[in-house]
Amino acid sequence: MEQNKINLTIDNRPVSVEKGTTILDAAKSCGIEIPTLCHINLEGTCVNNHPASCRMCVVEVAGRRNLAPACATACMEGMEVHTNSLRVLNARRVILELILSNHPHDCLICPKSGNCELQTLAKKLKIHEAPYEGGEKSCHPVDKSVSIVRDMNKCILCRRCETMCNDVQTVGAIGATGRGFDTTVGPAFGLKLSESECTYCGQCVAVCPVGALTEVDNTGKLIRDLANPEKVVIVQTAPAVRVAIGEEFGYPAGTIVTGKLVSALKKLGFDYVFDTDFAADLTIMEEGTELLDRLQRFLSGDKSVKLPILTSCCPAWVNFFEHQFPDMLDIPSTARSPQQMFGSIAKTYWAEKMGIPREKLVVVSVMPCLAKKYECGRDEFKVNGNPDVDYSISTRELAALIKEANMDLASFEDSDFDAPLGASTGASVIFGATGGVMEAALRTAYEVYTGKTLEKVDFTAVRGLEGIRQADIDLDGFTLKVGIAHGLGNARRMLEDIRSGKSQFHAIEIMACPGGCIGGGGQPLHHGNVEILNARQKAVYVEDMNKPLRKSHENPYIKQLYEEFLGKPLSEKAHHLLHTNYFNKAD
Amino acid sequence: MENNKISCAAVAKIKEICEKHNNDAGELINILHETQNTLGYLPQEVQVIVAKNLGIPATRVNGVVSFYAFFTEKPKGKHPISICLGTACYVRGSEKVLDEVKKVLGIEVGETTPDGVFSLDCLRCVGACGLAPVMTIDGKVFGNVDPKKVKGILESFVTAD
Repeated sequence: MEQNKINLTIDNRPVSVEKGTTILDAAKSCGIEIPTLCHINLEGTCVNNHPASCRMCVVEVAGRRNLAPACATACMEGMEVHTNSLRVLNARRVILELILSNHPHDCLICPKSGNCELQTLAKKLKIHEAPYEGGEKSCHPVDKSVSIVRDMNKCILCRRCETMCNDVQTVGAIGATGRGFDTTVGPAFGLKLSESECTYCGQCVAVCPVGALTEVDNTGKLIRDLANPEKVVIVQTAPAVRVAIGEEFGYPAGTIVTGKLVSALKKLGFDYVFDTDFAADLTIMEEGTELLDRLQRFLSGDKSVKLPILTSCCPAWVNFFEHQFPDMLDIPSTARSPQQMFGSIAKTYWAEKMGIPREKLVVVSVMPCLAKKYECGRDEFKVNGNPDVDYSISTRELAALIKEANMDLASFEDSDFDAPLGASTGASVIFGATGGVMEAALRTAYEVYTGKTLEKVDFTAVRGLEGIRQADIDLDGFTLKVGIAHGLGNARRMLEDIRSGKSQFHAIEIMACPGGCIGGGGQPLHHGNVEILNARQKAVYVEDMNKPLRKSHENPYIKQLYEEFLGKPLSEKAHHLLHTNYFNKAD
Repeated sequence: MENNKISCAAVAKIKEICEKHNNDAGELINILHETQNTLGYLPQEVQVIVAKNLGIPATRVNGVVSFYAFFTEKPKGKHPISICLGTACYVRGSEKVLDEVKKVLGIEVGETTPDGVFSLDCLRCVGACGLAPVMTIDGKVFGNVDPKKVKGILESFVTAD
């Protein structure tokens, strides 16, 4: 017999579950939905928040005096659970009314309207009046950083953001302070996000059920630039956007809408629609060459060389090590991120070719990420105050803009990106998922290192959603040891191993967000459904397989760029335009 | 005042307290108790030092300090005043006593006078309900306090200094 199974009934339905299963999960397993608000669990990742603080999920357990929070109560043998008894329905309604009594009722002008879990519940429970008045939380000024907006007047203290920032990302920028109506979740001592260790990864925004944490909206600025005849406005779109934006227009998660996305961008009035994937191929040329350079020096006995080399594509990750590991600034690759490489090349090589003066050219990026907004504004990526990438909008912002322009993605035919900065290979598409940058680098590094043609380009060993992965890659006799981490908590473990000399890797890829960029802070909200991340990840690899070219160094326009402009990877010009320095931000 | 750098001796003392507790973050409340007993209060800088010693984010330390009423981020005055707002004192007019103290000293609850002489707090019941309304200064209990007497009581402390 199955000894670890527990038998109970939920709404008179017999259920058998593993020992330790919560009532919430047991109900879910037999198709019974219990409303939740503070709870979030991305199964298969380390994202799990169940503080049982909101009490929305209370259920009646026969023989128990009080109602039980389903998210934090384990099933017991013989338990009799009722999820929709009159007592439960009444309690649920009162709980929601109490939460709403301490939440502004300005839904009409809230950036989260239509996508707010509290609003959805209020609608579902048909709350049409506010019966409770009285004490309210203290008033907080809105804290607007370059990436994230914190409006604590809207916070319902679910603590999801705190779990993401502390337990998952181990950044510790925000936490709860004060008590009672004075409780607020934010940086210590009432500081602003910009004064904290915040990396702008945006994972707090990705899980916030209400409008307390949202992104800085740059679409207004974009509309003005697009309408300005004096400006040439070009756009780059990141790999992870094309496998996610469809969700905002009713497509199932994981639908690839690249061609329609390009059409929409053209229709919105961008003068040229380019692809960050082009710059991802360029990143592989620089970062891959840097890896091989360090490796060859290491193998020839150079003791000064730093290994493992760490990827540097992810701006939240860069912020993380600048704040938390300032003694290790010489370990990551010096290669700029694809977003910044794109901006740099667009405003030099391409602008010169086209005869467009720098001050007339506006480079916009569409990113699955909120840290990219911060990255655009970093001083080292400006020439005489003019940024290489003027500003970034998130996948969500682009979807909103398309809707604002009365367009539906579904109504568009497919279009191609413009040449030359729109050409890309399959290697660049997979930058969107954890393990993708490493795999793309391996495809090129293998051929450059061995001088042989790589027949099987799929390095499946580096794929997956496990937080930390490792693989031994055979480079024609030499075993290259690679590691992959996603989520900054996993990155921290990798870095601590390097610091203590325990790390055995030659190269490590790190992405700040769970799942990589597909799970970025600027993506359509997953509302806790991990299947959405899985579907996006699958789509990234399908898009890769559909590409005729799948190795970055085979991109004909990349070859042309080196021939006409850069010379070769790591050349002086490449260093100047495509590489960067890191800064100690610890104090 | 809060922005003043705390002394090297104080930094060393905090380190010593943390080490005594093996720099264990689970001992945070005990560490904060001892630190406050030693330094009198827990300003931002002290909380940051505790966080660094324990290897935890400053938000976590600040969360605990701001949650418990016992911890104070502001220095207490030379003569800490507490006014009881427990049921018995309250119905016998302790709020009026409180208002009078606020008026005389020009500070709110939780604050300290700019000269550092008095600080003002509220509490719930000192177990002297028969004397309600009750006020304590330096731990000394004043019973049956009439708001009109407040000024005189406070002045007696200044004169004694």
